[in-house]
Amino acid sequence: MDNQKLAVQIDDLTVAYNYKPVLWDIDLSVPEGVLMAIVGPNGAGKSTLIKTILGIIKPIAGSVSIYGKPYSKQRKMVAYVPQKGSVDWDFPTTALDVVMMGTYGSLGWIKRPGQKEKKIALESMEKVGMLAFKNRQISQLSGGQQQRVFLARALAQDAAIYLMDEPFQGVDATTEIAIINILKELRKAGKTVVVVHHDLQTVPEYFDWVTFLNVKKIATGPVKEIFNDDNLTKTYGINYKVAVNK
Amino acid sequence: MSNPQIEIQLIAALVAMACAIPGVFLVLRKMALISDAISHAILPGIVIGFFITQDLNSPLLILLAALTGVITVVLVEFIQKTGLVKEDTAIGLVFPVLFSIGVILIAKNANDVHLDIDAVLLGELAFAPFDRLMVRGTDWGPKSLWVMGSILLITISLLLLFFKELKVSTFDAGLSSAIGISPVIMHYGLMSISSITVVGAFDAVGAILVVALMIAPAATAYLLTEDLKKMIGLSLLFGVSSAISGYWLANILDASISGSIATTLGVLFLAVYLFAPKKGLISVLYRQKQQKIEVSLITFLLHLNRHEEESERHINHLQEHINWHEVRARTVLNLAEKNNLVEIKNNVVSLTEKGLTFTEKSLEYIINNKDEKIEPMKEDFFLFRG
Ligand SMILES: Nc1ncnc2c1ncn2[C@@H]1O[C@H](COP(=O)(O)OP(=O)(O)OP(=O)(O)O)[C@@H](O)[C@H]1O
Ligand SMILES: [Mg+2]
Repeated sequence: MDNQKLAVQIDDLTVAYNYKPVLWDIDLSVPEGVLMAIVGPNGAGKSTLIKTILGIIKPIAGSVSIYGKPYSKQRKMVAYVPQKGSVDWDFPTTALDVVMMGTYGSLGWIKRPGQKEKKIALESMEKVGMLAFKNRQISQLSGGQQQRVFLARALAQDAAIYLMDEPFQGVDATTEIAIINILKELRKAGKTVVVVHHDLQTVPEYFDWVTFLNVKKIATGPVKEIFNDDNLTKTYGINYKVAVNK
Repeated sequence: MSNPQIEIQLIAALVAMACAIPGVFLVLRKMALISDAISHAILPGIVIGFFITQDLNSPLLILLAALTGVITVVLVEFIQKTGLVKEDTAIGLVFPVLFSIGVILIAKNANDVHLDIDAVLLGELAFAPFDRLMVRGTDWGPKSLWVMGSILLITISLLLLFFKELKVSTFDAGLSSAIGISPVIMHYGLMSISSITVVGAFDAVGAILVVALMIAPAATAYLLTEDLKKMIGLSLLFGVSSAISGYWLANILDASISGSIATTLGVLFLAVYLFAPKKGLISVLYRQKQQKIEVSLITFLLHLNRHEEESERHINHLQEHINWHEVRARTVLNLAEKNNLVEIKNNVVSLTEKGLTFTEKSLEYIINNKDEKIEPMKEDFFLFRG
């Protein structure tokens, strides 16, 4: 591993809400170029971990670095897909406008998006097959389409690292395949992709790296080596058996 | 129109515009209540400011009182963060306390303070033209006109500069924070502007109308458009037109101007709430009824599709078999016939070619759980078109 760069490095991270720790002393290194799943039960702290990496939540101890520097210096290297339920889909705006928000980070304060940003947004929408819906009001999109809009927005951020919170939530099989293909494309292009994922059956098929999380980090590493019943049982508490097809 | 009449309307229109802009973002952030809290909690700030400056329109007083507004927000958030109570409870705890401190301050110093609580709450626009800005003996017009004009100018400049930031931090605070557009800064910026607007306007129109002018135009516009820029435009339009027509209503009824404007805002909201084309109550009810008929229609067609035997498809049997109220059965049958989905021979109903395709397609979509495809399909088959 010494010769491989670390995209994300987390040291001794503890995060609490109202003084109640929800992440406890986490050490985690994500090598550059992996497609990594974060798995763990509801309330395990998966979303919290992602938000802490992004500086949205401040940890009470520990540190996060992106390619060796603090996140605040590396904002433009990281793109984010939040959990779909975290925004108000009745907000008065169109799909294209939401995707354009992906370009706001590189624009910085005050500067307004122009033709260049619009072009980036349209290209991203094309990649996720949402071009036809660009002028749709976002409340009039189906759940899967909303998820694709979020994905397009992350693509418009044009980053080196993509952090995604349950991008497969509530999407049908076709959309799921479309999304995973885009994620694999990103990996092929040398990007690092971290995905909070709930469907354990598909982990070996979709991902090459996995982190087990439940308040503490249980294990992290290549799917082939550590995705086993032992770690699943440690993470989910019950005696877990999945057919791991290798 | 006399000069004071024009001045009053001008002041009312400026207040309406200055309130409408922050109002849109308060409504979208589901923070309508906080404007109410600010409008009451600034009272002690105003009283203390008045002790110091002896002038209700002094910029220092406005800043002091606005600071009280921001402190209110901080207090509310602090109480909420303890996790012991919800936000609305926290608001309900903070603002009565601050408001009563203001009331006590006024009562204790009744002799020195020419402030009256009725005027603070209800305001009286009719008096606004009397307080004039005099510079070296020249009359520059009513003070409120200058105060509100400046506040409006600041608000519009900030809106134009930070439109993108306001939008992204309102829609998705997480992303906003991640890309370095601090939602905390945007939040307190919005709270400061709201507080300044409330303080600037309360002297002219009273606290209650300020809240109405912030929330009602935005809430009305929200029912009519799905575009943020249009929502702001409509809010400005509704605010100003309610202010002007409220003024004339008061003239005709010989009533309080602030009261009439607030009433106009309420009536306008109610009218839009009932009649708005998409989100209005009537069109929502109509759509629900239509959907009910559509579901019945599809059920009915599926029944025809599954039953070859004529007895099952006899008009008199249908009612009993599908178990509908007679009226609905007739509506559905008429709709199906009008769209050439079925034909009736000797009181026996059968699917037409078109009806058959329609039924099979719906069945396919229902089975595959692709409900969204049924919508455009209805268009293809010209359902519900005259
Ligand atoms: N804003 C908050 N305030 C207080 N507690 C919170 C907050 N957000 C999350 N929590 C708590 O922190 C814990 C971790 O939450 P988190 O959202 O990170 O879980 P998760 O692993 O993403 O779960 P899920 O699979 O349901 O999305 C949970 O116990 C949750 O109740
Ligand atoms: Mg989560």
